[in-house]
Amino acid sequence: MAGEHPRANLQPLRLHVPEPKFRPGDPVDFVGVDIPPAGAARRPDTAESAHDFTDLAYTMVRVLDEDGRAVGPWDPKLSPDMLRRMLRNMALLRAFDERMFRAQRQGKTSFYMKATGEEAVAIAAAQALDADDMCFPSYRQQGLLIARGYPLVEMMNQIYSNTGDKLQGKQLPIMYSARDFGFFSISGNLTTQYPQAVGWAMASAAKGDTRIAATWCGEGSTAEGDFHSACTFASVYRAPVIFNVVNNQWAISSFSGFAGAESTTFAARAIGYGIAGLRVDGNDALAVYAATLWAAERARTNAGPTLIEHFTYRAEGHSTSDDPTQYRSAGEPTAWPLGDPIARLKQHLIVIGEWDEERHAAQDRELAEYVRAQQKDAEKNGILGHGLHQPLDSLFDGVFEEMPWHLREQQAQMIAEEEASGRPWARK
Amino acid sequence: MNMIQAINSALDVCMGRDADVMVMGEDVGYFGGVFRATAGLQAKYGKTRVFDTPITEIGIMGVAIGMGAYGLRPVPEIQFADYIYPALDQLVSEAARLRYRSAGEFTSPITIRSPYGGGIFGGQTHSQSPEGIFTHVSGMKTVIPSTPYDAKGLLIAAIEDNDPVLFLEPKRIYNGPFNGHWDRPAENWSKHPGGEVPTGYYRVDLGKAKVVRPGEALTILAYGTMVHVCAQVIADEGVDAEIIDLRTLVPLDIETIEASVKKTGRCMIVHEATRTSGFGAELSALVQERCFYHLEAPIERVTGFDTPYPHSLEWAYFPGPVRIGQALKKIMKDA
Repeated sequence: MAGEHPRANLQPLRLHVPEPKFRPGDPVDFVGVDIPPAGAARRPDTAESAHDFTDLAYTMVRVLDEDGRAVGPWDPKLSPDMLRRMLRNMALLRAFDERMFRAQRQGKTSFYMKATGEEAVAIAAAQALDADDMCFPSYRQQGLLIARGYPLVEMMNQIYSNTGDKLQGKQLPIMYSARDFGFFSISGNLTTQYPQAVGWAMASAAKGDTRIAATWCGEGSTAEGDFHSACTFASVYRAPVIFNVVNNQWAISSFSGFAGAESTTFAARAIGYGIAGLRVDGNDALAVYAATLWAAERARTNAGPTLIEHFTYRAEGHSTSDDPTQYRSAGEPTAWPLGDPIARLKQHLIVIGEWDEERHAAQDRELAEYVRAQQKDAEKNGILGHGLHQPLDSLFDGVFEEMPWHLREQQAQMIAEEEASGRPWARK
Repeated sequence: MNMIQAINSALDVCMGRDADVMVMGEDVGYFGGVFRATAGLQAKYGKTRVFDTPITEIGIMGVAIGMGAYGLRPVPEIQFADYIYPALDQLVSEAARLRYRSAGEFTSPITIRSPYGGGIFGGQTHSQSPEGIFTHVSGMKTVIPSTPYDAKGLLIAAIEDNDPVLFLEPKRIYNGPFNGHWDRPAENWSKHPGGEVPTGYYRVDLGKAKVVRPGEALTILAYGTMVHVCAQVIADEGVDAEIIDLRTLVPLDIETIEASVKKTGRCMIVHEATRTSGFGAELSALVQERCFYHLEAPIERVTGFDTPYPHSLEWAYFPGPVRIGQALKKIMKDA
C-alpha cells in the first residue's frame, strides 16, 4: 500500500512532473534562459567529426548582437540585396499569416496555423538551400513556400479548399504539397516526415545525385519514435540530410520540459547518434542562414547529416483552435529574450545603412495590400462551405492509381444516393 | 523452386529489369535474410541496392516511403509480420495516403514483404496473421500467395504496382505445401505443380483469384497455407468443393467469388487469423450481400480463435483438418 512500504527507513520516491516557470497571470522573467553573446560560438570545418560538437550543442550560434551588428565567425556576409530579400520574405510570411488567421475568424475556412516569431527559421533556411533540395516540413514552415516563390494564391486555394485547390479539397488547410517547389506533402501525423527525409536523402546518395534533403519538426515532436529512427538511419548511412528541430518552447499547451528540455538541449540529442549538432538563435536570420549553409555543405560533401536546434518562441497560439492564455503567461511573447526575428533583421539592415523605418513601413503597407489582392483572387475560386468546389465523385480519386471495383461501386452508390436525396449539391 | 527461391527469383528479375528497385531490411543484405529470401542479391547488385538496416520498423518503412517519394521502387522486408506494428503509422498514415493527400504529386510505389502465419511453433510473435489490419486501410493492397509460381508472379506484379502493396508470405509453406497434417511427413514443392517456376519474367496480376479446384457442393474461400489444408480436407472427406485461392485480398476478385457461391449455394471461409473483425468477416458480408438468395446454409467461418497465438497448443488453435472437417460436415448437413 502507498506509504506503507516495508522498508520504511528508505526515502520515499518522488515522481517528477515538469512544470513551466510561468502560468497565466504570472509575471515573466526570462533571466534564467542562458543566451550566450553573439559571435562567441566557434565555426568548425564542415568535415569535422561528429564527436567534436559537444560545445556547439550546448551553446548557441548567434550572429546579430544587441545593437544589430553581425559579428563572429558565423556571419554569412550576405549582400544587402540578399538581406532585404530575407526581410521581405519574413514580412510577407507574417502578413500572409495575419490575413489567413483573420480569414479563419471570418469563417472563410476551418483552420489555420501561424508561424509568428518563427519566420527566420523557414525563410532563412530556404534561402540557404538550393531550389531543388527537397524539404520535408512540418505544418509551421509555410515560409519555405513563400521564400521559394510559391504563389500565395495557390496556398490560399488550399486553405479555402476551393475550385483552385490543387489538393482537390482532400487535405486540412495548411497541409500543402508542392512537389515542383521541393516541398513534400505535409501530414498531420507528427515527425513521420523525419525518416522519410532520410530515405529521400539516401535515395539521392544511392543514385549519385547532388541534391540533399532537409526536414523540420517541433521540439515536442522529437519525442516521437520516428525521430529516433530517423537519427539512427541518418547516422548509419551518413545520409545527406539536415534535421531541423524548431524549439519554440511550446507543444500546444505542453512546455518543452515535456520533450526533455529540462535536462538537455535538443541539439545535444545529435551527439549520441554521431550526428553534428548545432544550436542556433532561431530569431537571428543570419545565424539560421549560416547554420543551414554549413549543414548543406557538410551534406553535399558526404560528411554526413546535421541536426540544428533553432531556439525560438511560438509567439502566438498553436492554431486557430488554441487559446494560449489558458496555459501560459500573456507576458511571455514580449519578454522573450531573443526578440522578434523581423525586428532584428530590420535593425541590422538599418545599422549597415541599407534600410530605414520609412522603407520598412512602406514595405509593410505594400505587402499587406499584395496579400489582400491575392486573397481576393483566391476567393474568386470560392471559400470553404460556400458551395461544392469539387465534383462529388472526386472523393474517390487518388486512393489508388486505378480505381478498384469496390471504390467504383461505392462511388456510384454515393452519387445515386445524393441524386435521390434532393440535397442541393449539384453534381458537376 | 520452393517459395523462398521463387521470391528470390522475383527480386532478382525485378532488380535486373529496373535499377530503381531497392531491397532493404533487417539481415537482408550480406546474410541474405533469416529465411534466405534475399540470398545472393547484395553480391549481385551491390550494397547501395540491397542493404541491411537498423532494427527499427518505423525507420525501415519511413525511409522506404522517402525513397519512393524520390522516385525509387523500394522493397522493404519486415522480418516477421508480427513485428510490423511499429511501422503501422508510417504504413497507414503515410504510405497508404500519400497519393490521396497530395492529389498524386507523391506516391508510394513500395512493396512490403513479410513472412506471416503459423504452423511452425512460432508462438505469439512468430505466427500472427495481421492481414485484416491492413485490408481495413484504404490505399493499400494486400497480397498473399499460396504457391511458388504465384509468389514469384504476384511479387513481380506487386513491385511493378505504383501503389503500396503488403506482400505476406506464408512461411509455413516456404518449403512445401503443408496440408495441415503436422504428424505426417512434410512434403516439398518438387511434386506440386505450383512448384514449377519459370526462371525469367512473368506476372500474376493483382486482384485476380484462382479457382484451384472446381466443384459443385460448396465454395471454400481461402488464401495462403489454408488453400492446401482445405484441399486435403475435402479430399479426405470426399466433398466436391470449389476452392478459391483469393491471392489478392485488396482489391478482391469479387466476380470469381460471386459466381462460385451462386453456383454452389454454400460458402466456407477459412483463415488462420483471429475471427473477430478478421478478413473473413468482410468476405462473409460480401457473400451475404451478393448471394443471399442463393445461399442454402449459413456461411461458415473457420479461423484462428480470438486469442493470442499459443505455443504448446498450436494444433488446437490452428484451423487444421479436424476443425475444417467439422465445419464442412455442418455446412453440408442438409445437402
